[in-house]
Amino acid sequence: MTKLKLSGIVVLAVLLLGVAPLVLTDHWLTNLGKYCCWAIAAVGIGLAWGRGGMLVMGQGVFFALGAYSMAMHLTLESAGGRVPGFMVLYDPLAPLPAFWEPFRSTWFTLLAIVLLPVIVAGLLGYALFKRGVKGAYFAILTQALAVALATLISSTIRETGGDTGLSDFKYFFGFVLNDPANKIMVYLIAAGLLVVCLLAVWQLYRSRFGELLVATRDAEERVRFLGYDPGTIKLVAFVISALMASIGGAMFVPIVGIITPAEIGAAASIFLIAGVALGGRASLFGPALGAIAVGWGQSSLGSTWPDGWPYVLGLLFIVVILFLPKGLSSLPARFTAARSDAPPATVPAELEEVRS
Amino acid sequence: MDALITPLLNGSAQGALLLLAALGLSLTFGQMGVINMAHGEFLMIGAFSAYLVQQVITASNLSIPVALPVAFVVAGLFGLLLEITIIQWMYRRPLDTLLVTVGVSLILQQAALQIFPSQGVPVEKPDWLDGQVDVLGYEWPLRQVFTIVLAAACVAALAAWLKYTSFGRRIRATVQNRDLAETSGISTRTIDRLTFFAGSGLAGVAGVAASLIGGTNSQMGAQYIIPAFLVVAAGGIGQLKGTIIAAWAVGVALAYFAYWTTGSFAQVLAFILVIVFLQVRPQGLFTVRTRSLV
Repeated sequence: MTKLKLSGIVVLAVLLLGVAPLVLTDHWLTNLGKYCCWAIAAVGIGLAWGRGGMLVMGQGVFFALGAYSMAMHLTLESAGGRVPGFMVLYDPLAPLPAFWEPFRSTWFTLLAIVLLPVIVAGLLGYALFKRGVKGAYFAILTQALAVALATLISSTIRETGGDTGLSDFKYFFGFVLNDPANKIMVYLIAAGLLVVCLLAVWQLYRSRFGELLVATRDAEERVRFLGYDPGTIKLVAFVISALMASIGGAMFVPIVGIITPAEIGAAASIFLIAGVALGGRASLFGPALGAIAVGWGQSSLGSTWPDGWPYVLGLLFIVVILFLPKGLSSLPARFTAARSDAPPATVPAELEEVRS
Repeated sequence: MDALITPLLNGSAQGALLLLAALGLSLTFGQMGVINMAHGEFLMIGAFSAYLVQQVITASNLSIPVALPVAFVVAGLFGLLLEITIIQWMYRRPLDTLLVTVGVSLILQQAALQIFPSQGVPVEKPDWLDGQVDVLGYEWPLRQVFTIVLAAACVAALAAWLKYTSFGRRIRATVQNRDLAETSGISTRTIDRLTFFAGSGLAGVAGVAASLIGGTNSQMGAQYIIPAFLVVAAGGIGQLKGTIIAAWAVGVALAYFAYWTTGSFAQVLAFILVIVFLQVRPQGLFTVRTRSLV
């Protein structure tokens, strides 16, 4: 079974990295790159929610940390070291805000993309898990944070660009972003990172940690009695999940060319959850493929029938959660189970995934 | 001195509105373990009901007293519909209920956006809400006093309903021990539906109050759901007095933070405050004592 999954990752890598750049138009390659960024965040949500049972409804926060770190660096790079245009617009003599200064440095930016989510998720997770906050409380508290952050960014126009966000990036670490070849390179980095994240969780799910995580999800007290600290196990999964969201956010910026509070708030965070739920929260490929599918749905349906898209997304939530809680990835197994005459497995559904 | 008192007055009114929004949420969460993320949209339905009532009864002095019960029933019926069509199939799956109702809330928001003008609709404020009243040497806008009185009346009605009626007794029994209540002949199905109707109806009443203070549009519910849930979390599940104190505290804290900093920064500070508070009391202000391990 694990060999099957590894070959699945290889097939996906060949499709994303080899076939897609050859057959897709520039427009769709950019779109696919965008979906890959969401998929990276979705893989993290799959880890925290599907395997860990922690419904993170505010992954936009960590997406934002990566995205805004990257966007601030690219803005400064494009402004050639001067104070960015939108700041000068309000006050010609405005100095660069202090928190922007370090983002001049490439290394600091890359470090921030990795360390900021780890620190924030670490503090938040520590505060919540050590006191046993979980379930719906955890879900809504994370969403509250996403709402608060989006509002905060909206209201600080001079420092962060507010609702207009940050855009007009000309360079990506020295590469001209308009150059088609460089666009493909940026896409390849995003798709490559998605493959790396899939490999990472594949390895993680096979490890003792992966088993402990599922055990914590299904029977937290028993894990505690066995001598493990469920709080720490959840914390690690939450931090990794936040890191993946941040990486997705960081790559989103050069691919899409703009980041605004609308991409990180409550609605955006829920949009990510929709993909994970559709694909199958606890499976390896489900979250990533689901996110790509929902992203594609938004691009195609959202542009031709914008009024209808929220209905479709809402119905998707209701139908998938009500009738297919394990997502589309559980369908093949259902069909094979229905066809063969084998007696139904006696293992509880939730535990079944661990064995496969 | 004014700098200290004014936010206190504003915050108390804001807290009263939060309390109205949180009451129904706390009721359904406490009894059924259902987090209804569409609760904010039921609030919105209440506000739009007030607008529609005003299309029929044009004298705004009369329309608001009529709108309150109408909003209660309309929002309550929407809640009942939601319970019968979706929620009842999902008991014992609290996180999934939360997500399903997120879907419902998306649909309701979009429907409101398409039915009503996108910039929102005006709800006429009655004359008797204009003006101020003098309390302890401070001028209180009557609108704020009205919100506080309305919240107090709803709390009193809810408390009396829970304490003195047979329905209330059965609801309390179901909250304390669902299985035992069922064994002793209580139809928990009926009780659940009734609770969901009442909880959603209270959101409708909150919507009327909100429409008199802020705008009435498709996004208004989304503004209230998170603060209302923070109130429920800080107050303790299904605890009326906890919800009251928490709503007031969050309202006043938001007002002071907004006075000292900005409205958006106040939200971040209020969030941090609740997290810190949960460190001290993870189960909220008041808890039901149980022997369960989790």
